[in-house]
Amino acid sequence: MSHTDELYLGKTSYQVLGKRPVRHDGADKVTGKAVYAADVQLPNMAHGKIVRSPHAHARIKSIDVSEAVKIPGVFAVVTAADFPNLERRSEVMGEGGPVNLAHMAANCLAMGKVLYKGHPVAAVAAANVHLAEEAAAKIKVEYEVLPSVTWVLDAMKDDAPLLHEDLRTDSMGKKGDRPTNVALHLQFEKGNIAEGFQQADIVVEREFRTASVHQGYIEPHATVALWNEDNRLKIWASTQGAFNCRQQVAQLLQIPVSQCLVVPCEIGGGFGGKIAVYLEPVAALLSRKCGRPVKLVMQRNEVFEATGPTPGSFLRVKLGATKDGKLTAGEAWLAYDCGAFPGGVIAPGCMCVFSCYELPNARVDGFDVLDNKPKTQAYRAPGATQAAFACEQVIDELAEALGIDPLEFRLKNAASEGTRRFDGPVYPRVGLVECLHAAKHSYHWKSPLSGANRGRGIAAGFWFNIGLASSCSGSVNGDGVVTLVEGSTDIGGTRTSIAMQLAETLGIGAADVLPQVGDTDSVGFTFLTGGSRTTFATGLAAYKLGLDLQAQMQERAATIWECEPAAVEVKYGVYSRNGQSLTFKELAGKISELGLDPVVGRASVSPEGSTNAFGVHIADVEVDPETGKVTVLRYTAIQDAGKAVHPSYVEGQMQGGAVQGIGWALNEEYFFDRKDQMRNASFLDYRMPTCLDVPMIETIIVEVPNPSHPFGVRGVGETPIVAPPATIANAIHKATGVRMTVLPISPPALWKALSEKS
Amino acid sequence: MPVVFIPTPLRDITAGTAEVTVEGNTVRAVVDALEQRYPGIKTRLCRGDSLSPGLQVSIDHVMTTRGLRATVRPDSEVHFLPVIGGG
Repeated sequence: MSHTDELYLGKTSYQVLGKRPVRHDGADKVTGKAVYAADVQLPNMAHGKIVRSPHAHARIKSIDVSEAVKIPGVFAVVTAADFPNLERRSEVMGEGGPVNLAHMAANCLAMGKVLYKGHPVAAVAAANVHLAEEAAAKIKVEYEVLPSVTWVLDAMKDDAPLLHEDLRTDSMGKKGDRPTNVALHLQFEKGNIAEGFQQADIVVEREFRTASVHQGYIEPHATVALWNEDNRLKIWASTQGAFNCRQQVAQLLQIPVSQCLVVPCEIGGGFGGKIAVYLEPVAALLSRKCGRPVKLVMQRNEVFEATGPTPGSFLRVKLGATKDGKLTAGEAWLAYDCGAFPGGVIAPGCMCVFSCYELPNARVDGFDVLDNKPKTQAYRAPGATQAAFACEQVIDELAEALGIDPLEFRLKNAASEGTRRFDGPVYPRVGLVECLHAAKHSYHWKSPLSGANRGRGIAAGFWFNIGLASSCSGSVNGDGVVTLVEGSTDIGGTRTSIAMQLAETLGIGAADVLPQVGDTDSVGFTFLTGGSRTTFATGLAAYKLGLDLQAQMQERAATIWECEPAAVEVKYGVYSRNGQSLTFKELAGKISELGLDPVVGRASVSPEGSTNAFGVHIADVEVDPETGKVTVLRYTAIQDAGKAVHPSYVEGQMQGGAVQGIGWALNEEYFFDRKDQMRNASFLDYRMPTCLDVPMIETIIVEVPNPSHPFGVRGVGETPIVAPPATIANAIHKATGVRMTVLPISPPALWKALSEKS
Repeated sequence: MPVVFIPTPLRDITAGTAEVTVEGNTVRAVVDALEQRYPGIKTRLCRGDSLSPGLQVSIDHVMTTRGLRATVRPDSEVHFLPVIGGG
């Protein structure tokens, strides 16, 4: 049996997978040598500054740049007029569906109207950033201020200020007949909900609201663009996907994709917020105009005010159950804002709201709603956290009303292999039941919790995870080290988790693979790092690359031993025949020494389907009744990771997602004043949790192998953010008897609720 | 024959019918067969010669990227669902 044949589903003994090697990029990152986009310095480089709208909604009457361009050292000014005509052009860009290019361009530089405070209006390039700022201040924009709206239900009203006068509601190809801010109406129905609710002994219906929150990545957006004399455009970017960045820029500028080269720099966090382009096309336009490389770097307030937050939302969820705790029917009505342009995350919100449960009858309505906020973007399992906040609290309330333990209630109704989702498809092998069992038997769940104002909550969460295209290539060096070039931007240590899968396939150590992230000219098309896909899909490409390299090594060994390649046996990186054997490293040396054909391999994949990840979280909280402040005493995240390739990175994702979810639950919100201006656009006032705010997040990795990957790998990164707000809310209810249905559960909000109760 | 689950917003065309059995060995053929029976449904599912860019198709519970070209077996289940994106 060859080593390849042993790579079967369910194998538990691996040489590399499941170990915790040092990450390949670790030294550069902890010593400050890693290169981020803002670090890029080029000869004669100009520095740019964006002019932004001071209003939430206004018509642009005029833009006068005459004073700005007179300043010595100012090289170029651009406005929306510098974009090509993109009217009625749309482009499918990967998983998220069609993108209206005119809208995308207008988000980079406003066309005709500004739709949120901070909306870019013009950009200037100058010899240094100070001159650029001075010139930006000299650009005169005359506005006609319009009424604005930032709450999703207000934006749905008939008399709401309209953001796009030509917009009509789309209901799967059927257009509405009047102007509106409701861009999309989705509907799903399974079974008969009227009959389902009739079968129920108890029905609970509640309404929920969530505020917009930001992904909060530590590195602000930054880019350098160089439009060369040969008309080739080169961009250094902080992006989750070099190829997606390239496609967006090429489409917006109407140039062939091959004319544009994107170099993905190291990235200081993305979480879904670094998929859409903001600065890159603007820097490109400036560079083309002034003939120099141009750098643009956002300040923190620009990140908050002009890049994608997650939607603010309103949800109504109704569930019915029998006395013995079986769910009979569910109904949900979800309205998510999408900010200034259509195309939010309402679809996954709808599709996730009941995804943890076996529900025979269900109906879900969802609405994508425009308002005067930045265009919303994905944030780890986009749309699912708001949905779980609502559904998991109603589940908890049903369990309490029926006198059933909340964990047991979830177990009674948990989705498993064969469960038909309410939106149609049937689950393959999934791990929710295993996660619930792991929770039930955890030290945390079994430990006592005593003391006044303390409570324990539990909630479940789901995210689809995706596949899509990935490519990589590799070459075997004479010293036996394999150089791996892959196309996925490294977020969360994915270089290493991909390298480990190549090492496992070849039977060599993780340190004997040198991974690097290639630019768009150096590696085949690879979809972005997002959708929890990278370790799964690019890892699958690395596995296939390993098979390619191994076959070539076999062939070279056969040349050396003068036999057929099939006669060479391979086991754990040792090539042998008739008592002769060479390790991978020795064979690599022989190939180099004898001048045989170099071993160079490549692989590309495009796996279909979801890898379906479930998680269950447990939280212990203590509430200060005097102030409403919530202290998280203990927190455990449990998740089905399929095969955990590098357990430390899996734990890191679970901990990071949990902490972000705790921030979403307790602190974070876009706070708008009466003029719909964000008033907390800094990390001082937009309060994300620090290590002082949360306990050590305990983790339990459940490994239910994914049947669609040779090592059983599932995606990991997004699911951990789904359950936390519901988990915290359920714990607060246990601690106080108060059911908190609005996020964030800030001290004033909880104090008010406690006061009303008492 | 493949079973097509009609998306809720399109059931106004199918007079409320939620599941339809039609001939076809590709999604394209299935859509054409649906159009024969329920005129007007194709324009809601497709744009030009492609699946509508806001939709994806699930065949036997696996989302496919192949759109109208995807193969459908005689015992397949076909679902049309909104596209979704991750973070």
